[in-house]
Amino acid sequence: VTGTAEELRTAGRREAVALVDCDIHVRPSSPRALDEHLEERWRRHRRAFGDRAAGGNAYPRATPAASRIDSWPPGGGPPASDLAFFREQHLDRWGFDFGVLNPLLAGGILNVEYRAALSRAVNDWQIAEWLEPEPRLRSSIVLAYDDGELAAQELRRRAGDPRFVQALLHARTVEPLGRRRYWPLYDAAAECGLPVGIHFGGHSGNPITGAGFPSFYVEDHGGMPTAFQDQVISLVCEGVFDRFPGLRIVLIEGGCAWLPPLMWRLDRAWKLLREEVPHVTRLPSETIRERFWLTTQPIEEPPSDADFAELLEELAMDDRLMFATDYPHWDFDAPDRALPRVLDAGQRRKILGANALGLYGLERA
Amino acid sequence: MIDCDVHNAVPSIEALVPYLDPHWQEYVQRSGFKGPEDDDYPPGIGVGRRAGAAGGTQLEHVRREVLEVDGGADLAILTCLYGCDSIRNPDLAAATAAAVNDWQIAEWLEPEPRLRASVVVPIGQPALAAREIDRVGGHAGFVQVLLPVRCARPYGTREYGPVFDAAARNGLAVALHFGGSPGNPPTASGWPSYYLEEYAGMATVFQTQLMSIVVEGVLDRVPETRLVLAESGFAWLPSFLWRIDKEWKGLRRETPWVRRAPSLYVQEHVRVTAQPFDCPRDLVERVLGRLGSDELLLYASDYPHGHADSPAELRALLPEPALAANAASFYGLGAA
Repeated sequence: VTGTAEELRTAGRREAVALVDCDIHVRPSSPRALDEHLEERWRRHRRAFGDRAAGGNAYPRATPAASRIDSWPPGGGPPASDLAFFREQHLDRWGFDFGVLNPLLAGGILNVEYRAALSRAVNDWQIAEWLEPEPRLRSSIVLAYDDGELAAQELRRRAGDPRFVQALLHARTVEPLGRRRYWPLYDAAAECGLPVGIHFGGHSGNPITGAGFPSFYVEDHGGMPTAFQDQVISLVCEGVFDRFPGLRIVLIEGGCAWLPPLMWRLDRAWKLLREEVPHVTRLPSETIRERFWLTTQPIEEPPSDADFAELLEELAMDDRLMFATDYPHWDFDAPDRALPRVLDAGQRRKILGANALGLYGLERA
Repeated sequence: MIDCDVHNAVPSIEALVPYLDPHWQEYVQRSGFKGPEDDDYPPGIGVGRRAGAAGGTQLEHVRREVLEVDGGADLAILTCLYGCDSIRNPDLAAATAAAVNDWQIAEWLEPEPRLRASVVVPIGQPALAAREIDRVGGHAGFVQVLLPVRCARPYGTREYGPVFDAAARNGLAVALHFGGSPGNPPTASGWPSYYLEEYAGMATVFQTQLMSIVVEGVLDRVPETRLVLAESGFAWLPSFLWRIDKEWKGLRRETPWVRRAPSLYVQEHVRVTAQPFDCPRDLVERVLGRLGSDELLLYASDYPHGHADSPAELRALLPEPALAANAASFYGLGAA
């Protein structure tokens, strides 16, 4: 426990510690809210055909809308759809300097042109409903990311707006993220200086594990680190970091404790098998520590603080960990409770805000 | 010393023909079927076959290179990776699995008392797999059922219930081994390009299986179940358990039959073969300590496959009980 909410909010402390939430999920108050940003042709399509996706992936969540039961706005609408209540319950309550939005919208749609159109609408909606009225907010560019060219177009279109601070992908994709279909997106992101965020979730039509579909939500939710591990492996082994020297990746809502053992395994595997990947010229762990950032939620809870201290030492990524709450979702991490006591003041400062300020180029007022 | 992962290999379909009934003998002849392909190991580098190894298709290879080599094992557990899971014809899959098991009995177990073996099953057809376990499981040479870790649906799902029942009924452990050819991709995001990715990524499939077997309640329903993770690595296990214990706390209402933290089930029911040894040398003591028990690891050479550490290097890294005592008590093998 880092301190009480009261301590976090005291003046002296607030000056010393910037607080940034790197994972917030806002949504429209109703489907109509997106319609007004959608071109007429695609509005008609949406009414007639809906958001056709691969399906076969129904895991009822822990709670309605996977959200905290106290997050439903008193005035109606789904969680995180009412700016005034969101300010009160989240931004003001904790005193966040900045919050980064990751709207979980327009994913998995099979008609890629429609998906691209809906993504554009989501991005316009983000500006109109969230970024314009609330200066503490920044956001991620929603993209039809399984089509690298279409995604690159939209990314370049938004990159000039400093309120968009990263591109948004999901952890479960049609192909592993190192594959060529995604390269135009990385090219654009690197050129525009925007990190690429890979967020928990996604449904591509592939079974959600390497051994087919499991039965329970606990496996869907708890199994997500397997998808992240496979994506890290793919990105490293396909050599995208050499091809796109400006590319930076943020792993969002994946936790972090699986990464040291993955680095150990991947380093050893690369030494044995590097003949197969001559384009990978460096030890994978060196590339990972240089090019990856991670958000903390859902933070792992080892049996003791000493284990957590060892985890941080083994990660050796103190400058790469960024605090996130996942508001309004049920597995929310609170700023005063989530980080273990064992962190020293410098680590706390970096994780709670300084690392995110640096990565996203944010300046406190 | 007990070596818990030694690969005997079927040299060709001709070796199995004597163990097939006339229908399948004729089928093999007419179709030209050569047996399932082995895609789990690359043919021309050390990971597939370490330098100097003869390959494991003959008993003589294993005698010479596993049992009678300097620092050789007193007992070895054979893990024959025959890809019946890739054969779509259910009857052919079952017939070839049965032939492999009869071949193992006649050509490995009967002539060599220092060997134990694993029952090969047509896991794509769980009912037929259970029948095969009942057919040969009474032979004292078999100590476990061998399942490729990759499969079409996670092993905790109910369709595999008969397999765990049959293993328990016959006093056999269940070993999940690196690899498999079920046809579906090894990641949640499709097929990776490189073998390197599969080699490093297979640990995620083990994680999926362990999660499934625990949360589906297999270990509550069949409490005699003894589970082995073979060629899985082990360094990922502690942080994986931190995460699934946390998941259980948050979501246990969904699977109310899981009455304890998942890590406690794992401690009681699961053992892990130690090759490949997957943590850095400067962290060995710390990572082994984090496993919480000296009873978890089982020595394995993974003959004839090669990894970063040679069998002798591996033995030097392991705690004493991993060399023989753990396997002896887990498999119920005599003092070795």
